Amino acid sequence: MSVYQSEDPLLQVHNVTRYYGDRIGCSDVSFDLWPGEVLAIVGESGSGKTTLLNCLSTRLAPTAGAIEYRMRDGAMRNLYQLSEAERRLLMRTDWGFVHQNAADGLRMNVSAGANVGERLMAVGDRHYGKIREKADDWLGRVEIASDRIDDDPRSFSGGMRQRLQIARNLVTHPRLVFMDEPTGGLDVSVQARLLDLLRRLVADLGLSVIIVTHDLAVARLLSHRIMVMRHGNVIEAGLTDQVLDDPREPYTQLLVSSILQV
Amino acid sequence: MTVMDQALETGTHDGAYNFAYLDEQTKRMIRRAILKGIAIPGYQVPFASREMPMPYGWGTGGVQVTASILGQDDCLKMIDQGSDDTTNAVSLRGFFEKTAGVKTTTETGEATIIQTRHRIPEQDLREDQILVFQVPIPEPLRFLEPRETETRKMHALEDYGLMHVKLYEDIAKNGHIATTYAYPVKVNGRYVMDPSPTPKFDNPKIDQMAALQLYGAGREKRIYAIPPYTEVKSLDFEDYPFEVQTFDKPCGLCGAENVYLDEVILDDKGGRMFVCSDSDYCEDRRAKGHVGPMAADPAASQIGGSPKGAGE
Repeated sequence: MSVYQSEDPLLQVHNVTRYYGDRIGCSDVSFDLWPGEVLAIVGESGSGKTTLLNCLSTRLAPTAGAIEYRMRDGAMRNLYQLSEAERRLLMRTDWGFVHQNAADGLRMNVSAGANVGERLMAVGDRHYGKIREKADDWLGRVEIASDRIDDDPRSFSGGMRQRLQIARNLVTHPRLVFMDEPTGGLDVSVQARLLDLLRRLVADLGLSVIIVTHDLAVARLLSHRIMVMRHGNVIEAGLTDQVLDDPREPYTQLLVSSILQV
Repeated sequence: MTVMDQALETGTHDGAYNFAYLDEQTKRMIRRAILKGIAIPGYQVPFASREMPMPYGWGTGGVQVTASILGQDDCLKMIDQGSDDTTNAVSLRGFFEKTAGVKTTTETGEATIIQTRHRIPEQDLREDQILVFQVPIPEPLRFLEPRETETRKMHALEDYGLMHVKLYEDIAKNGHIATTYAYPVKVNGRYVMDPSPTPKFDNPKIDQMAALQLYGAGREKRIYAIPPYTEVKSLDFEDYPFEVQTFDKPCGLCGAENVYLDEVILDDKGGRMFVCSDSDYCEDRRAKGHVGPMAADPAASQIGGSPKGAGE
């Protein structure tokens, strides 16, 4: 599949604000996301990255602002005006969500094959052979051996779980995938492999991705564009290379200079 | 005449109890839940389940449903695992004899209300009969999704993909759908329902049944229902269709085929026989002269009881 080219944005975010009581989660965030684009949201812990991601993925209603998404029929729809049923369908067909902790995104007590097949069955696939074939194909794509298809994710290593979670999300060919620190908690060599895999899948499938990370190296490897957040505000945004090589804001300069050099 | 009038007229049975143990307000509340359940086939209606003078797991849900629909002219049959004379059946039959004073029977054809645990009688039920099930866990999605808020939402949105994940898992682990009881069904093309722990052998009987089916779960406080002649489909895959258990031998006592059989161990040398799980059906057949391959075995006289009319 080639990168889907379009003049129209896939996602439009207008002034999204989320308060937790009096405290600010994220404030007045606006941006557009185009098909095939990877956007990284970076910042330190507590800067509002995950709050923003949850607002965007309809997991947490924003206090103010609007989020519009281009449905498969081409129409822009306000996400928070969709019915619950429409929203669920969207989340399990057109979207993916990769959790930091794989156990949150997987069903730990059913086999890897069933984990990948769940979305297919949810949208009405009722042919065991075909479901299994597709699951096997996707396990192959994320470099999990076929003979592990009937094993529980509990018996998988951290890296394998994360790859399984990715396969489970991509099986319905989503157009937009949200990722929350997908490489968190993995050791560096496993991180590198996972990043390679992600980069390949994103390019092959022409996915749009919004990835939240505190790891600037991940942002540099995967993303086209970057948004830097601090205290709930976006303080700097631009092309990844530009922001990381020539940071304008003092805080971004601090972040960039904090990367450990080996 | 309503049950309430009857109760007022005849006074209480056995001194202290209201007719059929429950007070009339409780019965009204349960009847409302039953009516709602019938109106929405397969939907689990919450109700304010009462403490019953028996432990959870003994059929407190079924007993409350039966008590609410029971009238003085009813004839009650109690089944436990297909049998009329196991502990649960005997106790509950005794309970209603004592608190309601209604007629009881072991004959399927004679009963107007049949309360059952785990089996549906082999004999076809009629429109003027009601089958009451005792249900331990009414939520078919429970073992896949522990949150009640979430399972309710899943029912509301018909989000049933998870049910097939369970069946997928069965095939992946065992090569076939290994769920043999509490086999999930879709009622009237809408709600996925747990037909209580009946063997899947009985699932085809639920479909288009002439009798009204009421399901009561006392501990979980849920009532659901299947009205007469409702379509009930067992879930399956296109390439792994639903099928029921088959037995390669007929019943050892009455020779019946295509019925659900229980295995009975006869001695410690590997001796065993398979007999009808529905004891009334088996006795009835033997009374009509059907003889199974092991009916002459000395062990048969101990496990089968006597055919109807012979020893009473």
